[in-house]
Parts: sequence; structure tokens; C-alpha cells
Amino acid sequence: MMKYVIIGNGPAAVSCIDGIRSVDKNSSINVISKEAHPAYFRPLISYYLEGKSKAENIYCRDEDFYEKNGCETVIGEATALDQDNKTVTLKSGDSIVYDKLCICTGSSPFVPPMKGLETVENQYTFLTIDDSFAIEKAITKDSRVLIIGAGLIGLKCAEGLRDRVQSVTVCDLAPRVLSSILDDECAAIVQKHLEDCGISFSLSDTAERFEGNLAFMKNGGAIPFDVLVPALGVRPNIGFFKEAGGECGRAIVVDNAMQTSIENVYAAGDCVEQYDISFGEKRIMALLPNANIGGYTAGVNMAGGETSFDNAVPMNSIGFWGLHMMTAGTYANDGGARMIEEKGENFVKRFFIKDNKLIGFIIIGDVKSAGIYTNLVRNQTDLSELDFDSLIKNPNLLPFSEKNRRKTLGGVV
Amino acid sequence: MAINFLLPEFEVERSDYRCIRCRVCERQCANQVHRYDPDADVMLSDETKCVDCQRCVCLCPTHALKIKKNEAAFRTNANWKQNTILEIYKQANTGGVLLSSMGNPEPFPVYWDKILINASQVTNPSIDPLREPMETRVFLGKKPHEIERDENGAIKTELPPQIELELPVMFSAMSYGSISYNAHKSLATAAEALGICYNTGEGGLHEDFYRYGKNTIVQVASGRFGVYKDYLEAGAAIEIKMGQGAKPGIGGHLPGAKVGEDISKTRMIPEGSDAISPAPHHDIYSIEDLRQLVFSLKEATEYQKPVIVKVAAVHNIAAIASGIARSGADIIAIDGFRGGTGAAPTRIRDNVGIPIELALAAVDKRLRDEGIRQNVSLVVGGSVRSASDIVKAIALGADACYIATSALLALGCHLCRTCQSGKCNWGIATQDPELVKRLNPETGKERLVNLLTAWKHEIKEMMGLMGINSIEALRGNRLMLRGVGLNEKELEILGISHAGE
Amino acid sequence: MKRVYVHEEWCLGCHLCEYNCAFANSGLSDMVKALKNQKITPRIHVEEGGKIHYAVSCRHCEDPMCIKGCISGAMTKDKDGTVTINHDKCVGCLSCMLLCPYGCITTDENETVLKCELCLKNSCGAPACVQGCPNRAIVYEEAEV
Repeated sequence: MMKYVIIGNGPAAVSCIDGIRSVDKNSSINVISKEAHPAYFRPLISYYLEGKSKAENIYCRDEDFYEKNGCETVIGEATALDQDNKTVTLKSGDSIVYDKLCICTGSSPFVPPMKGLETVENQYTFLTIDDSFAIEKAITKDSRVLIIGAGLIGLKCAEGLRDRVQSVTVCDLAPRVLSSILDDECAAIVQKHLEDCGISFSLSDTAERFEGNLAFMKNGGAIPFDVLVPALGVRPNIGFFKEAGGECGRAIVVDNAMQTSIENVYAAGDCVEQYDISFGEKRIMALLPNANIGGYTAGVNMAGGETSFDNAVPMNSIGFWGLHMMTAGTYANDGGARMIEEKGENFVKRFFIKDNKLIGFIIIGDVKSAGIYTNLVRNQTDLSELDFDSLIKNPNLLPFSEKNRRKTLGGVV
Repeated sequence: MAINFLLPEFEVERSDYRCIRCRVCERQCANQVHRYDPDADVMLSDETKCVDCQRCVCLCPTHALKIKKNEAAFRTNANWKQNTILEIYKQANTGGVLLSSMGNPEPFPVYWDKILINASQVTNPSIDPLREPMETRVFLGKKPHEIERDENGAIKTELPPQIELELPVMFSAMSYGSISYNAHKSLATAAEALGICYNTGEGGLHEDFYRYGKNTIVQVASGRFGVYKDYLEAGAAIEIKMGQGAKPGIGGHLPGAKVGEDISKTRMIPEGSDAISPAPHHDIYSIEDLRQLVFSLKEATEYQKPVIVKVAAVHNIAAIASGIARSGADIIAIDGFRGGTGAAPTRIRDNVGIPIELALAAVDKRLRDEGIRQNVSLVVGGSVRSASDIVKAIALGADACYIATSALLALGCHLCRTCQSGKCNWGIATQDPELVKRLNPETGKERLVNLLTAWKHEIKEMMGLMGINSIEALRGNRLMLRGVGLNEKELEILGISHAGE
Repeated sequence: MKRVYVHEEWCLGCHLCEYNCAFANSGLSDMVKALKNQKITPRIHVEEGGKIHYAVSCRHCEDPMCIKGCISGAMTKDKDGTVTINHDKCVGCLSCMLLCPYGCITTDENETVLKCELCLKNSCGAPACVQGCPNRAIVYEEAEV
């Protein structure tokens, strides 16, 4: 009998449980959870505010999932890892012994020091469902919300709050929204759409200091607000692993089996960096599909099975009030990739090709059947085998070989 | 463009309430009758192109379509009928011979419909085919005059080669070329499943179909297309085609446009070349010549295959059959004047030949009178439409029937009679790959098997009610038939009494 | 499991499957009422080019990427292997669309995410595209793979 321990309780953790149980039905599994909730889908916290997700619908698994899978959940936070004695120490001082460990600790909001921030009464980061509950309590119909950071978290928060408050203003030091994802042109499309939907922006500008409910901006203005949401980014929760001597870059480094540099210790989800086949280097790909696949892979391997997650690429789909954008792989025009662009009145598609392979794309607007592109990125398909030009306009299976279609659609082996 | 004087033959009636603009009709019409106008959001029809094949009607998911006869009419004239006038316009437009397809549609008498079948009542018992064995199997071929036995009583006589059929029906000749690959495949696979035979026609045998050999009759016609040793040996029997009911006395013509790679290979002619079957066999000018061909084919196949000689039913058919029965042929196939075709000159189709019922009765009587009936089996075709037509044919003296139009109907044919256009919307009489694929041979086979399974049940029921439990006992049993509304001469030729007699 | 398979060689590109699908999922009993003057958003679609036609609908993959990417838990596989979507949970992020390698996820005019659920949830009870295919190009059968 093995003793499995999973630190963290998000999608990666429950997928890890699935992975373990696909091989080993009996050994014990301990889950150390920082939050007093069963695993839930973190991206839903903004949809909860928006009213699209009910609180009871945010959970990753059925209520009896842990019980059915023989998991014991401990509320606590891991503070130390002793690789020699194979124990994890919790904040409470308790320690838990493991045979195989999986770290799925995710990340935490990063709030840099800002002058006078302590004078703001209603300030909330936005990463957990409890954050949503707290914000919900704090806002009224007349609230003015100021969000610092026009990244994914900030904008999703803005979307979630718009209909529930008087005004939402988003500021960011960067000159454009979603600056880590979009270039000027694409960002302008998104910004315009969000402005049309009622969000105010103050870009190339950020709050320098606070006095109560007044933010003094770098460019000299002042914005009054009732609720402040700093959404400046996240940092992976890897402190205890680093201290134990585990190999980290910006996050825990794992191989394709999701194993870390420490024997018997695996990791998955937002706290890892792994090899991105589209990029050719290890990097953080803090996105749900990767957490699910990574967690499952870790679980199988921990339990003695053999599987590998060897085609990881970042993949993301988000939408704001009907405007959808999708990205996959590496979609920056660097490293010698060739860009093909297809534009229309309401959409932009950009494809990045390197060594005759699609290494990434970004689509805004016309996202129909984009999975066909994603598949090309994940499979590193040789584009000379198919008519990619026709795919650009219309993603479909026609450019693939008849044999391929007979197999996938006709069930012919 | 000059006035062509023609009227659209049909009218497309579209219920605008029902039409959901799915455009299935537009996609499915090879004649391009239907068209969607996006500006007006309306479906339009060009009725001059409509051939009334009913494909659109069958596929319209909301039953919004009807194809009707165009009621627009010239002034009524019993002599100069509208169609007669239109044909004159057509010929004046083009200077060409009028072409048609499938069987003679003119209102000549259908003798099957004037013959009634007897049933047992009181004095002899009928038989319930669900409870008692009932034999529908037939053997086609020459039968010995007498049976010789050795001293132990074992039969010494050697039986000449026979075709064995589970029921007295075969699919008659339709060439690969006149009909599609998928139609052929449907016929071949159905014949195999039913334990009967289909017939290659004059088009040779596609390499994919050699595996159905024991259910195949290979044809040798005046063009000799696709004939070689393996072909002759592939089938259960060899048929020499002298004539065809729809166009007796003339040959055939498959336009080069239809001779694609596959057909060229199967027919053994260059791709794109016209496949012309001459009117006569250039080596046959007498029964003696025919005899030479019969025996050449027998020689080539080591006397293992029965040889069929197929002729059209024409005026002196009895004398012709008598000659064939003496030529060494094992089976005579007679094709009546209502038999179908992929293309024939209209005048010939509609005016040449005689009804199969009369031809059959005359031939059977003649061969009996001459004492040579057992020299040959008789197979008749040319519009055998139902199980009762078969029962009547057997009672008139046939050993089996050839069916083709019925088989095509089972495959979806709607008898629009425009096979010659090559644009068969049902995927049957076409070589256009886009149209050919409309006939899934799996469905085709199933429908043919269904049809003949149903007919077999009906044949058994009719045999049973006559108190007959073997098809052999029905053959030539004209006492089981009575005519209605026939004159004395007709009754005399058919060899049957009038109802009430 | 029984899946909908499409045999390209028999697909005529008539698009009837799309209309039968839209009708089956309309909740109405009359096709004219259901589809007249409607822009249909079927869960199966025909792709074509030149002389090639074939219909595409959810493959109900063994290991569905749409489920892996679903951020709301709306996309699940039931015990028979059918991949279904729970609209109470779906938030319309379209991650499934980003991940489906076959382009089988679509949306209607209200941005509701649609996919083939084998007509198990509607009154048809068996896939309408299969029942209505005029050439047996679309079949519903046990996996051969």
C-alpha cells in the first residue's frame, strides 16, 4: 500500500486523484487543501459575480468525489518538505508522511507595495471564490470599482462586476489591455469592445498612492472609488519546495511525467513550468486544460503507471460579452516565426509558422472551429502535408487526407 | 435564341409555406431545375429542364414539392396529340432521331392483366406454404430426352450443365456503362444473396465482380465488348445476345463520354471511344452460323456452361425459337416489346416487336409440337412486373423470368425515361461519380432482396392456392389460366380458355 | 459505444442531416414551424470541397479534449461514453471550441454552446441525422475501432 499526498485542491489535484485511481484503487490519498472548499473551477469566480455560475455549480466533481475515491482532506497549508524523511509539514505544525507526493499549490495574487494601500478599507484580490464572496458583500449598486491591472484577471473581474455596480474603471501601466497576450492592434479591438460594454480605462497610468477611497494616479489625476481590486498578477506557490532544494525556474520544473527534481515528488497545475513544444523551452502554462492533463499524468505515474504529457502548449479561450478570443501555442512574432494574417471587419486571425509547423495562433472574433488549429499546434503537424491556406479562411477537415477522415469520421481503422 | 416551340412537360409546384429553403432540391437536381435566389429569399424553378424523376420530391424534408404534368395544352386533337406535335417540334429543332429510354409506354394491351389464375375450392385442397414445403427452385438448361440406367438402377445419363435458381427469376442484362457500378454491385450482391443470377449485359465484367461469378451470366453481344477467356469462364452461363425487346434489329451505342477509365478497362476499348454494338452479329447470318458461335463458346468453356440465346419477341418468333432450339443452345431468352433500355430510338421502342405473353405462348407451343421443348429452357422478359406476372408466365410455359425494370424500380428508378441523358438523379443510369454515389449498393442490395423475397412469398401463396407445391408442376399448366376480355384469336395464341369456360 | 459515423464515400452533400438535427433539437413537432425563416444552428455540419462531401459531428472521443478544457464542469462524459453539455453550468467561454480537434462545437445565436448529444436528450431518442440520411452515409453503430 502506498501513501499518496497531494498538496492543493484544485483541478490539477482532482485530476491527479483520477490518475492515481486509474491505476491504484486502494492506497490512501491525503489532500491538503488551503481553502475550505472542495476543488472548484477557479475561472468561474468572475462568472459567479456575473450571475452565470451558481455557487453550487462551481465544483470540479460531485459532492461524494473524495469519499468515493477514499481521500482524506486536511485543511492546511504546507510550509516545509523533507525529502529524506518524505514528510510534509503544515502551518499547524502537523506533518504528513508520503510515499508519493504531488504539489498542486497553484498561485497567489501578487500585490506590490503601494503607498497608502493600507488606508483602503475595501480592497480585495481576485483569485478565490472567497474573494468573490467578499467582493459581493462589499459592493452595492452604487459602488465605483477600481481595478488595477488590465490583464485577464482584472478584465474578467470587470466583466463580472459591471452589471452589479455603478462603474468599473480599469487602470494599467501598460498602454494596452491584456498586454501579455495581445499586441496594440488586437488590444485596441478588445478595448473598444469593452468600452462599448461600459468599462472605463485609464491606461499607461496606474495608482501610485491611496488616501482612503481616492487613488492618486501616476499621470496626476485622481480616481475616487468604493472598492479596489488589485489584479497585478500571480506568483506560483512554491516557497517550501524551493527551500527543500527542488529545482525551480519561475515555478516548479517538471518533466513530461510531471516529476520534479526531487524523487517521488510530482507537481502539476499553475505552480509548474514544463516544456512547451510550441516554444521549445520550459515555461509556465497556467491554464486549465494543462492542469487537468498534467494532474492526471502525475497521478498515473505516481501510482506506478506510465504516461507522459509530452505535447503541452498554452491554450486559452476567453470572451467578454460576445467578443471571443482564442490563443494557443506561441503567438509572438519572434524567434523567426512567419506570420500569416487574415483580417475582416470583426475579426483578426494570426498564425505563426516556424519550420513548416504551426507554432501558435491568436484569433479575435471569428473563433469557429479553432480547435482544428489547436490540434495542428499540439500535433506539430507538418503543414506541407496539407493545404494550410484554405484552412486559414475556413477551419475544416477537408485539407486533411481522406484516409485520416475515414478513420476519424468513418470509424475505419 | 430561336423559338423552340416546346412546352415544359412538367410543373414544379412548391408550397411556399412548407419550403424552409434548405435547398436540398437544388443540390440534388442534376438537371438544375431548382435555384435559390438569395435576394428574394425564394426558391425558383426552371421547369423546362425537369424530367419528373421525383428525386427532389422524395428528398424534400417538408414535402413542399410536387411535380405535376404541365396542364398547358395545345388545342385538343385526337389525331394530332400534344406529344405527337411536340415530337415534330423536337425533330424540326434538331434534325435528329428521337431518343428514349426504358420500356414502351404506349397503351398497347398488357396481356398479363387479361389473364386470371385458378384456385382450388372443395374438390382439391389448396396448400398452405407456411405449413408445408413448397419448391420454387428451378434448373435451366437442356434436359435429356430419356433417362438411362445401369444394371443397378443408377442413372447413367449425364445431365448437361444447368443454372440453378432458388426462384424462377433472374436480373436481365444491363451493361456496366448503361447502368452504374453501384447498380451493378447491388444486382450482383443481391443475386448472390437470393441464389439467382444477374447478367452483365454487353459491357464486360468489372474486375471487382468476378467474385460473384456463380451468380453471373456473362453476355456475348455483337460488339463482343470485354469478351475473353476468363470472362467466359467467370459466369454460371453465357448468353449470346441476338436482340433486345426495346430495340429489336438494331445495335447499341455507348457514347465515348461515358467510356471512362473503368468502363474502358472492363469493355476492353480505348478510353473516350464510342462503344458501338452493330445491329447484327457480323458472323451470324443463319441458324448454322449461330450454332457455330454456340459451340465455339462451349468449346472455349469445355462444355461446362449452359449457353443462352437471347432474342427479341418479333413476328415469327416461334420459327426463330425452333431454329435456336436446334442450334445447340441450352436456354432461349425472349425479350418482349415492353422491355427497357438505357437508350433507344423512340420510334423503334414504341413500334417494333410483339408482346412477350403472345411470344411465349407461341414458342412454348411450337417447341412442344415439334417435340424439342426439352432441348431448351425458356426464359422470358420484357416487363415482368410482379409475382403474378411470373406465375402467369410459368403457367404459359416459361421456365423462368428475366426482370430488369422491376429491379431498377427497387433501386429507386422512377421511370422518368431519360436514361439517355446520363444524368440519372438516382445514381442508376449514369457514370457521373457524383450521381453514382447516390446509390449505396448496401441499400440497393437490401431493397432487391426484399423485393424478391416478397415475390417468392407471393409465388408460393399463388402456387399453394392452386394446389401446386412445386414450380415444375406449374410450368406450361395453362389450365390454371383463363382470359378475360380477349378475343378468340388471342385466346387461341395464348392457349387458354376464356373465364367462365 | 455506439457512435455516429460518417462514410464519406456515400455522403451526397445534401445537408439534410443539418436540417434534421436542427429540427430534432428544436423541441417542436413540425419541421416547417421549427425551421421556417430560421438560421439553423445544427450540431452536425457538412463540409465540402469539389466533389468531396462529408458530415462532421462530435466523435464522443475516448479522451475528450473538450472536457479537459472545460472551465465550468459543464462538459462531461456519461457512463455510456456520450459527451454531453450541461447548460446550467456552461458559461460560454468556448474553451471546448478551442480544443475540439474536429470543429464539432458550435453556438447558436444566443451564444449557447451546442454539440451533438446523439439526440439522447430530445424526443428523437436516436440520432436524427442518421434516421434522415438518404444514403446511409451517416450510421449509428458500435465502434469498430
